[in-house]
Amino acid sequence: MAAAAPVVELKQITKRFPGIVANDSISIKLHKGEIHALLGENGAGKSTLMNILFGLYQPDEGHIEINGQSVAIDSPNKAIDLGIGMVHQHFKLVQPFTVTENIILGMEPSKGGVQIDYKTASEKVKQLSDQYGFRVDPNAKIEDISVGMQQRVEILKTLYRGANILIFDEPTAVLTPQEISELIEIMRRLVAEGKSIILITHKLKEIMSVSDTVTIIRRGKVIDTVKTNETSPSQLAEKMVGRNVSFKVDKTPAQPKEKIIQVNNVSIKNKDGISLLDGMTFDVHAGEIVGVAGVDGNGQTEIIEALSGLRKIDSGSIVLNGKEIGSHTPRQISEAGVGHIPEDRHKHGLVLDFSVSENMVLESYYKQPYTKRGFLNFRAINDLAKRLVESFDVRTPSIHTKARSLSGGNQQKAIIAREINKNPDFLIAAQPTRGLDVGAIEFVQTQLIRQRDQGKAVLLVSFELDEILNVSDRIIVVYEGKVIGEVRPEETNDQELGLMMAGSRQGGIKA
Amino acid sequence: MSKFLKWFASDSFVVSLAAIVMGLLLGAVVMLTGGYNPITAYMALLKGVFGSPYGFGEALREMAPLVLTGLAVAFAFRAGMFNIGAAGQVLLGMTGASLIGIKLTGLPAIIHAPLAIIVGGLFGGLWAALAGYIKAKRGVNEVITTIMLNWIALFLCNYIVRTFLLLPGNQRSLDVESSAWVSIGWLSEMMGNARVHWGILVAILASIFFYYFLWKTKQGFELRAVGSNPEAARYAGINVNKNIVKAMFISGVFAGLAGAFETLGVFHYQSVYSSLPGYGFNGIAVALLGMTHPFGVLAGAGLFGTLTYGSSEMSFEAGVPSEIIQIVIGSIIFFIAAQGIVRYLLKPVYKRKKEKVL
Amino acid sequence: MIDLLTFGNLINTTLVFSTALIFAALGGLFSERSGVVNIGLEGLMVFGAFAAAIGTYYAEEAGMGGASPWVGLVTAIVVGVLGSLIHAVATITFKADQTISGVVINFLATGITLYLVKLLFEGAGESPLLMNRLAKLSFPDIAAIPVIGPILGTGILNSYPTTFIAIILVFVTYYVLYKTKFGLRMRAVGEHPSAADTVGVNVNRMRYIGVMLSGALAGLGGATITLTTTGLFSHTTISGQGFIAIAALIFGKWNPLGIFGAALFFGFAQAIRNYVQLFEWSASIPQDFILMLPYVLTVIVLVVAVGKSRAPAALGEPYDPGKR
Repeated sequence: MAAAAPVVELKQITKRFPGIVANDSISIKLHKGEIHALLGENGAGKSTLMNILFGLYQPDEGHIEINGQSVAIDSPNKAIDLGIGMVHQHFKLVQPFTVTENIILGMEPSKGGVQIDYKTASEKVKQLSDQYGFRVDPNAKIEDISVGMQQRVEILKTLYRGANILIFDEPTAVLTPQEISELIEIMRRLVAEGKSIILITHKLKEIMSVSDTVTIIRRGKVIDTVKTNETSPSQLAEKMVGRNVSFKVDKTPAQPKEKIIQVNNVSIKNKDGISLLDGMTFDVHAGEIVGVAGVDGNGQTEIIEALSGLRKIDSGSIVLNGKEIGSHTPRQISEAGVGHIPEDRHKHGLVLDFSVSENMVLESYYKQPYTKRGFLNFRAINDLAKRLVESFDVRTPSIHTKARSLSGGNQQKAIIAREINKNPDFLIAAQPTRGLDVGAIEFVQTQLIRQRDQGKAVLLVSFELDEILNVSDRIIVVYEGKVIGEVRPEETNDQELGLMMAGSRQGGIKA
Repeated sequence: MSKFLKWFASDSFVVSLAAIVMGLLLGAVVMLTGGYNPITAYMALLKGVFGSPYGFGEALREMAPLVLTGLAVAFAFRAGMFNIGAAGQVLLGMTGASLIGIKLTGLPAIIHAPLAIIVGGLFGGLWAALAGYIKAKRGVNEVITTIMLNWIALFLCNYIVRTFLLLPGNQRSLDVESSAWVSIGWLSEMMGNARVHWGILVAILASIFFYYFLWKTKQGFELRAVGSNPEAARYAGINVNKNIVKAMFISGVFAGLAGAFETLGVFHYQSVYSSLPGYGFNGIAVALLGMTHPFGVLAGAGLFGTLTYGSSEMSFEAGVPSEIIQIVIGSIIFFIAAQGIVRYLLKPVYKRKKEKVL
Repeated sequence: MIDLLTFGNLINTTLVFSTALIFAALGGLFSERSGVVNIGLEGLMVFGAFAAAIGTYYAEEAGMGGASPWVGLVTAIVVGVLGSLIHAVATITFKADQTISGVVINFLATGITLYLVKLLFEGAGESPLLMNRLAKLSFPDIAAIPVIGPILGTGILNSYPTTFIAIILVFVTYYVLYKTKFGLRMRAVGEHPSAADTVGVNVNRMRYIGVMLSGALAGLGGATITLTTTGLFSHTTISGQGFIAIAALIFGKWNPLGIFGAALFFGFAQAIRNYVQLFEWSASIPQDFILMLPYVLTVIVLVVAVGKSRAPAALGEPYDPGKR
């Protein structure tokens, strides 16, 4: 058994898509009991590589060896047979199904080959869950359990299929710091039991704390493979991006002025009477960025919708520049000076089948000079679009190109250009850097700070704690629809924030 | 001009053309298996339409409601809705026109006819707006409501005709006052008394209106945004519900006009219908043939009208059941919708073309 | 006052109208649960009604007598499946718009069937009247029992065999959808196809099966109308029942038991038209309004009740594994 063959060896994998080489002769070895991190920016080719390993794509060149045997993985089924399991970033879970149903799907224990044996199934799930300390309820519905729990169901799916090689695709993107440390525990337990793990991520902190080896990928090529204990975050970052990266965002101390927006005791209940916002209160002043930290689903979406008029509030008040706007329509609020960079660019931010220039006037098309006597004034619209595309560096073949064909970063730039061009007093930025690469992230954050410096009030909602800590001047923590604490970024750290996000008040006292 | 030429060389034009050819070929195959000669049949069909001024005039008459109902379906489509209720809206349009055309007397033609047309359009529009309102307020899918409203319209209009407009002893209304007629006398005479009417001109104007309204105006911008991504439209401050009702209203006006012209220009009375007339589904077919573009609808109605009107001559001269035309039209739409099939079949052609270029 | 026997007859007529709706709506259920919108139910019923008439007619010609309608039923299932394959190929393999493809099915169905009727019966617009139709079961002993007799015997048991088949199918469908491997996979495909795909469930195959089942069942539904109500096939045999079946599917919230209830409701709304005249006060209501009743009731029910129903999450979306 000495010098055993690697469990997985990818040999010179090349994959081309029209116009792009996604993977360029990539070679990687994964050893038994190892956590091997794959580090790279969005679009570096990590996901393509893992989809090849999982049988979703076929490589154009190169081949894969499992335990020293050359294999052809032509479908996920084949990958599963070979003991490969994938924990997807966007969970592949059927929402109205129970935990057990999701886990057994495709490999159901049955009576006589037809009827599902739910009793055996849930016992087996329970046993697996206990073995790894997952504590999931086999009979709970997916739509009723937390994101962290859902991820454990994803992991259980692979274990149920007997996976020895687990691929984790950006597993921490939606987790709280506490959930992240629990996940790291789980990963350690898995390798202790003889599993091997590939961890895809662009977060350096995780890599440093959990992985044994790191392979850095940039633009489809392997840049380097190093032992984690022989490197440092700054070295890794430089290799990932290809240049020196500063972790701190450049900014001067804030100089807050008059109060722009005041949220007073705002409450919203859903149709079933469950509280979504429960007396939320905070304010934002001109010239400051207030960061909203919190686990997904604690009222962030609702407060943003209330602030932009998309959702009616049941009680409380929202005051903008001294005027109550709690019952105004989205258009009235927009005209009163609120800009909104929505969380979901594709669903809410853009009409993807409209041209870039049409999207640029999505909120102002009805105003002079874009409309004259009921008719659209294309000259004015196109002039605006040209100007914004240029000054915000939106890379597009033409202003008449459909928004759909732009990259994620350029779509986001287009939205930011449109919102900033409105010259709002109050700018809401919801997850403004999600899914963007380092260059685009820097651009977006710089724009937010520039808005602040021009005396705007900015509200930043983000699940990236680093972003909250680096960009905000003041942080409010939301939990179950309430603000349960306020801290200054320079006086806190992600551990303290994490505890507050999990519901404990400032100072670590459990609420 | 170059834009125009480019369009002819464009992919969508080639695919549509191929779909039409394939539909006609499929029809020919079906005829062959039934023991008919497709060449004789198609020649008879063409002769029926282009063989005499009367045939051509009547084919034009057939096309007017096709254009208008096609526009109705296409317009709703562009705003993100599927209006299966054009049949009911046509019936309401007929009824509105009949009420004005029969009940009001002594008006000069210059007022009477336009008034009857406008009321017909409004009736159709309001009927469709009802489905839009139910969707906006209660989230009920318009496909189901428009289908149900079709049947309700059928019986409601029959009730109105029977109760207020009946020609005693007949299953139809009294005649419309001649001051409300919209026939084009001189053209009709030139075409051997074919029932041509001003509706044909209105249909063409309506498709021009459709084009300018949707792509050049502020209101059209809103409707397209709502149709393409209602959530993004809502985030941008556009009132989605209001636009749903507006879009259905305008869609229904197109269909209502179709009905008004059928009454005022063709029949000059309104029948009691025993079942739903085919206007609605024909409109859907035309809209899909025209790929929901107003000028495409004009072309689609031309094709559809030629085929259906010619089919009676075909059945008369070549003995082929006229239902064959429904199969032809169905398969043309099928090929346009499932463009993958057409592209798959066209592949060898495209390849050769590319090789030539190289 | 309405007497028990009339009430029994009303129940009986309700079941007659409901049967075809149950079949077709269950068919729609399989298709839509797998993620494929099927607005072509109407056309598939037309195919079924036509095939039932043809199958029965030729079985009669071959001297099969009373067994002929059963030949007709089987023919309807086969032809329904063939018709649904057009929809499956277009929407699943070639990713055509599901609604448009459904419209095409409706168009083709009337075209093809009436063309064939003319071809087969020398230009006639409808099939010959069938000698043999399905017969109602009869339970005179139970019908004679006082009080419950008119309801149970005359009302429920004295029905066509297809009615019993339909009701049994409701429970079979429930079992298949919620208790079997096949059902779990089908529901998964309609909710989250890529989740199903990544655990090795063949999404397209499940959808093909779903659409073909919808063809079989809608065909059966159409056949029921030919073989119990009209006795022949013409262009008015189906006239909108397929669309009411879609309404029953939505009103029944994509659940077999809900569909059963919705189909009974719509069947009742059609049956009541024949009984309203028994009341004296109904004389003042114009006949057109009575004819309108089922459709008005449908709209009212949808407006009042449908708000919260949840369609399968991936309904209407072609599955493209390349997209994540």
